[in-house]
Amino acid sequence: MFPPIPNPSVDPAAATPRFGEKDIMRRSASTVEPPAQRLTEVAKLIDVTKCIGCKACQAACLEWNQLTEEVGINHGVYDNPMDLTENTFTLMRFTEWVNPETENLEWLIRKDGCMHCEDPGCLKACPSPGAIVQYSNGIVDFQHENCIGCGYCIKGCPFNIPRISKVDHTAYKCTLCSDRVAVGQGPACQKACPTQAIVFGTKEEMKGWADFRIKDLKSRGFENAGLYDPQGVGGTHVMYVLHHADQPSIYANLPDNPRISPIVETWKGITKYMGMALMGVAAAAGVLHYLVAGPNKVTEEDEENAEKLAGAADLPPPAGPAGSEGRPT
Amino acid sequence: MSAHDPKTPVPTPADDVQSGDAVHPGHPVTVDRYTVAARINHWITAVSLVLLALSGLALFTPRLFFLTGLFGGGQMTRILHPWIGVVLFCSFALLFVRFWRANLPKRVDAEWLAHSSDLLAGREEKMPEVGKYNAGQKFVFWSMSALILVLITSGIVMWDQYFYPYTTIEQKRIAILVHSATAIFAICVWIVHVYAAIWVKGTFSAMTRGNVTGGWAWRHHRKWLRELVGKPGSAPTGRGTHTPAE
Ligand code: HEM
Ligand code: SF4
Ligand code: SF4
Repeated sequence: MFPPIPNPSVDPAAATPRFGEKDIMRRSASTVEPPAQRLTEVAKLIDVTKCIGCKACQAACLEWNQLTEEVGINHGVYDNPMDLTENTFTLMRFTEWVNPETENLEWLIRKDGCMHCEDPGCLKACPSPGAIVQYSNGIVDFQHENCIGCGYCIKGCPFNIPRISKVDHTAYKCTLCSDRVAVGQGPACQKACPTQAIVFGTKEEMKGWADFRIKDLKSRGFENAGLYDPQGVGGTHVMYVLHHADQPSIYANLPDNPRISPIVETWKGITKYMGMALMGVAAAAGVLHYLVAGPNKVTEEDEENAEKLAGAADLPPPAGPAGSEGRPT
Repeated sequence: MSAHDPKTPVPTPADDVQSGDAVHPGHPVTVDRYTVAARINHWITAVSLVLLALSGLALFTPRLFFLTGLFGGGQMTRILHPWIGVVLFCSFALLFVRFWRANLPKRVDAEWLAHSSDLLAGREEKMPEVGKYNAGQKFVFWSMSALILVLITSGIVMWDQYFYPYTTIEQKRIAILVHSATAIFAICVWIVHVYAAIWVKGTFSAMTRGNVTGGWAWRHHRKWLRELVGKPGSAPTGRGTHTPAE
């Protein structure tokens, strides 16, 4: 058993947040001076092999974050709601998988939610300064007062996590209970889990604990058991222990090799530089041409030629004084 | 558009003479180029394009995010941009219907393009005579038409508030890449367009008062001027009975 996180001290001094503004490592659409010293990285480890699908975590998340999910309808499966929403930051996804080797039906239950990527695609895509921040302990958090509701974070995220609220039009996702972690607590889901399928601590501790679990699983015949800490996004601060770590996608489409989409990289990378350069060149070329070539002016001669042409034409005699300004509109 | 009086000496089919175009002899000669409706239509398009460029660029790069201030903040910018896009699309569609015929490519356009360096160097006398629009203007017209079509299509795919469920995230990613790249090209074409209007003196009045001087028409669109002069009903009294059939 993993040692549980002790209850908080009631001493008011213990309530001072352990991290905050000064520990922001990345800030959307801004350049920040990274803090001189990085906090110890934290992580949540979700041991899929221990999960019994009770959804205590899902309920605890709603409760701690004071969210209410709509009363839905039964779709004939355990998933409820059917997808993450702006209220459901974490969702149990159930998969019935027939193991081709054993012909056994395996019930795979994955707790979906933000992975708190080391290289967060949401933050990279976000156009609004400070709407998404990453603390040096690895937590990626949305700051709603800065969010404009554009949904770019949804396009940037390799895990399809953020959701835009239809009420305040800002983006929501799991905060890794940054408010609880700030005062030395673990996330609400972790606290509620009856089987310790969710544990929380430093990233190192969690990797160590995962190793222990994986050894145990291997000894029981799950030879492909392993840790899901995808390096394509620089590792994550929410990790899974999977019995079949060689095929993450059987767990309700958990990406096998998540990375920020190359389309997003192109959009946020070269398109911006090339775009600014191209517009700059176009404007500069105009100014330069004007300075070098000077304005293109109509000459007296042009006017005279036009008068000759207009006069020469076989027109009915102009009514009224010549050059009258009466013109059809 | 082809209702020519057979007695009138018109060298080539003058399908770039549009209803409302007319010459008024005088000193200087004035030439009607755009009707009031066409001008209103143009300015709605122009204003919405500029607002779209400003609100779009605000989201395009953090350095220009401050432009959201013009629209009442980030949330308002996000809300307004696509709606202005709808205005632009509708307004441009009308403009397209008005102008497309006069922008059809002609043989002379290739010759004009071959001489475009003469134009830029100020040797306009070497340019071939062109009709209502030269190849440069036609380029602006057709590229804007295509770019705006791509912008509205990609824009709707990205318009999460109303269209989120209809496309996949991968499609939205492609749309946003296409949208931002296309927007850059549209802004560049816009720069070319505005620069041409500034560089070629006497052009602005075409879109403000609706007319240009005879000298301007002679210098830049001589074929159009010739066609107009040859066209009956260009007397100051108005279009008379010979308004070309649309
Ligand atoms: C024609 C209809 C258009 C529609 C429906 C549309 C829609 C959108 C939408 C939905 C966005 C995402 C932000 C938001 O929700 O406000 C966006 C972004 C943007 N739009 Fe448009 N738009 C249109 C036209 C234009 C035009 C004409 C331009 C430029 C001349 C433009 C430039 C941009 C730019 C630069 C962005 C930011 C892209 C980025 O962040 O990389 N848009 N547009
Ligand atoms: S919806 Fe909010 S958090 Fe997401 S990208 Fe837009 S501004 Fe950033
Ligand atoms: S999982 Fe998605 S929302 Fe969470 S940090 Fe990574 S990119 Fe951002």
